[in-house]
Amino acid sequence: MNTDTVDTTVGADNSLLLEMRGLCIEGFSDEEWHQIVKDVDITLHRGRMLGLIGESGAGKSTIGIAAMGYAKPGCRINGGRIVFDGVDLTAASEEEKRRLRGAKIAYVAQSAAAAFNPAHKLIDQFAEAVTEHGIGSRDDAYADAKDLYARIKMPDPDGIGFRYPHQVSGGQLQRAMTAMALSCRPDLLIFDEPTTALDVTTQIEVLVTMRDIVEQFNCAAIYITHDLAVVAQMADNIMVLRHGETVEEAETRRMLSAPQADYTKSLWAVRSFRKQHPAPPPEDTPLIKVDNVTAAYGPVTVLHEVDFAIHRGHTVAVVGESGSGKSTAARVITGLLPPQTGAIYYDGAKYPGNYRKRSKEQLRHVQMIYQMADTAVNPRQKIRDIVGRPLSFYLGMDGDEKERRLRELMDMIELDPNKFLDRLPAELSGGQKQRICIARALAAEPAFIICDEVTSALDQLVAEGILKLLDRLQRELNLAYMFITHDLATVNAIADEVIVMLQGRIVEQGAKHEIFSPPHHQYTELLLSSVPEMDPDWMDNVLAQRRAKGGMAAAGN
Amino acid sequence: MKDIFIMLAQRLSLGVVTLFVVSLIIFLGVSLLPGDAAQAMLGQSATPDTVAALRARMGLDQPGYIRYFTWLGGILQGDFGVSIANDREISDLLGWRFANTLFLALLAAVVSVPLALTLGILAALYRNSVYDRAVNVITLSSISTPEFFVAYILILVFAVQLGWFPSLANVGPDTLFFERVYACVLPAATLTLVVVAHMMRMTRAAIINLLASPYIEMAALKGIPRRHIIVRHALPNAWAPIINVIVINLAYLIVGVVVVEVVFVYPGLGQLLVDSVQRRDLPVVQACSLVFAATYVLLNLSADILSILTNPRLLHPK
Repeated sequence: MNTDTVDTTVGADNSLLLEMRGLCIEGFSDEEWHQIVKDVDITLHRGRMLGLIGESGAGKSTIGIAAMGYAKPGCRINGGRIVFDGVDLTAASEEEKRRLRGAKIAYVAQSAAAAFNPAHKLIDQFAEAVTEHGIGSRDDAYADAKDLYARIKMPDPDGIGFRYPHQVSGGQLQRAMTAMALSCRPDLLIFDEPTTALDVTTQIEVLVTMRDIVEQFNCAAIYITHDLAVVAQMADNIMVLRHGETVEEAETRRMLSAPQADYTKSLWAVRSFRKQHPAPPPEDTPLIKVDNVTAAYGPVTVLHEVDFAIHRGHTVAVVGESGSGKSTAARVITGLLPPQTGAIYYDGAKYPGNYRKRSKEQLRHVQMIYQMADTAVNPRQKIRDIVGRPLSFYLGMDGDEKERRLRELMDMIELDPNKFLDRLPAELSGGQKQRICIARALAAEPAFIICDEVTSALDQLVAEGILKLLDRLQRELNLAYMFITHDLATVNAIADEVIVMLQGRIVEQGAKHEIFSPPHHQYTELLLSSVPEMDPDWMDNVLAQRRAKGGMAAAGN
Repeated sequence: MKDIFIMLAQRLSLGVVTLFVVSLIIFLGVSLLPGDAAQAMLGQSATPDTVAALRARMGLDQPGYIRYFTWLGGILQGDFGVSIANDREISDLLGWRFANTLFLALLAAVVSVPLALTLGILAALYRNSVYDRAVNVITLSSISTPEFFVAYILILVFAVQLGWFPSLANVGPDTLFFERVYACVLPAATLTLVVVAHMMRMTRAAIINLLASPYIEMAALKGIPRRHIIVRHALPNAWAPIINVIVINLAYLIVGVVVVEVVFVYPGLGQLLVDSVQRRDLPVVQACSLVFAATYVLLNLSADILSILTNPRLLHPK
């Protein structure tokens, strides 16, 4: 019998692998147990991939690792059965479950940078499960790791394993983790948001790797994500979860084309938001002018001769991968990072490069909203103090005047002042906290606000609410936004102009419709074509196109 | 690797600066003490003339900064000056006693550091168990008890009642190694009881602190047994805080032995310091303080350096 026949017989094996019946999981917080997963059923056959999707708090990760019989610290499985390959994990001993973990069921975590131990080489972490489960020697594992690294097209497959996690890029690390999950040739893989931390151009490579792996080894897989477009490329079936309960489950194409539940339909509709009003015609003097700015962190130059303008009432989206200099440009405008050459002009007037040398009035004109609303507000201050501070600092308000303005601001961000003013940030949801940050920026009555990835830490429905709010405020107050993001769907929704950055340089800038319609700059093309679409065939088409182009280029050479 | 060398050079030069500042503080501190060395040597009945003559001979009539630089210059050449009490070279006096102090500290360290690490790792492994609580209670009680009290209890039980070990750690320059160890058992045990709690609790805390890290969860989901997770995944990343506490305790073993040396009449640096203070032998007090300070600075410096060396990001740059 040759290996091919073995492969086909294995490929034909689509017996039942994982069955969860009536799964209930509870978590301990605020001194009591809360039900976080309620009565969920999952059936998974060999060679199939199930997508679990939902917003944060929907319980998808909790369900995913429950498939390994594992509950995070502070959680416990309190109902139902989890049968993996004939073994009931809810009844199995800790030692029995330990022998399955890593060997038969493997886990790929969201952030490979955090899930790899910084103190050990990649290949040693690969080999660990193999030797620990007695599957092979360390040398066998080393050889296998090199083979797998080559198969998933890692650069320098023989050498890369001997590096430490911080010595390889994020995308490579995520692929190395996928390889590590395969070290014992498991039957089931749990992918827990494995591409969320990656840039779009990297994400597509990692997705391709993971899908190939699942096909090559005929694994079953659970793919957990909040990104519909990603799950559409990966899964055979999709299950939608909300508040720990199943909303609906269906085959991928049917789920995309004909969702049944209202909640699913609302998730599907999220990406349809578009800016409602046209931008006003540009005035002669731009509100913000970044004039030929070069800036550096120590000896490393991170911005090279960057030059752009933002007009009153306009939204300028700055897009690019991590490390492209988007946030650095914002730091230069705010004066946190004085430029080496070039200058910042506000309404035609040159601003000092260092924020310490700017007047209070100059500081007031440029406000910021950050990605992590959690860390951008002082957890020990009440909302009243957080939003009230700029009112007294910049505008010298106090007493009734300040109270009146506070209430106005809360109304603007659509939060009830009576309910929220005296709360602490911890009592607010992520979206509400971001609204507080917006109110704080508005309190200074600026004409220009820098929004640094303000929606990327939020669920799609919540993010959409924030975008709508920002849009309404712009229309009412004629605000200019510099919108830093890596999410092109957001750009499409709200931008008037787009600036594409790469390695500290602007590669292309112009009106949104110009940037988004061909002909594209080569990098813009790569960026645009890497954004997953809801079409399940999208990834195959992109790959086919890129291969054809690569072939043409090769032929041309 | 270049970055590491630069960082090490920075730490080293910082250490030198610290020592310099410390020497200044010691000198100022000692000169602020009431009375002076000449008066102390000659006694109450000396005439002002003889005191003035001796002051001139000892250079005490010079302005403070000249005396300081003379003193510092001497030390840099290995000359700590002369003892007032017996006219002997201080460096001769210090050398043997410092070796004794180091020997006792080393003995205590060889026992207490591995003991503390093992207890700490086990406490992290069996967190909140009976064992964990028992170890915490015992080590905390021993650290909360004054060391002279611990010392006397040990003497009462092991020297007086059981008669296993001598109550006086009387060693001379010719004492053989094993006799020396035997004589030092009780003082070393006292020191161990005093320092083990800190190190053990930091080991436990540093490891437990890391147990919530994603890579620990990852290791658990790879099916790695718990003891291997602790030793292989948590411990290598916990070294920095542990090393710092170990070193502070080692420094304490050398610098803080004064009381223990006095209780056991052990001829170490601490005993010498106490004697010299009683005799107003200020040059010796200065010298002892400087040696203690230098030890402290050096040990902390090595803690810094070791913490840097256990950080893979620094050790294996991109």
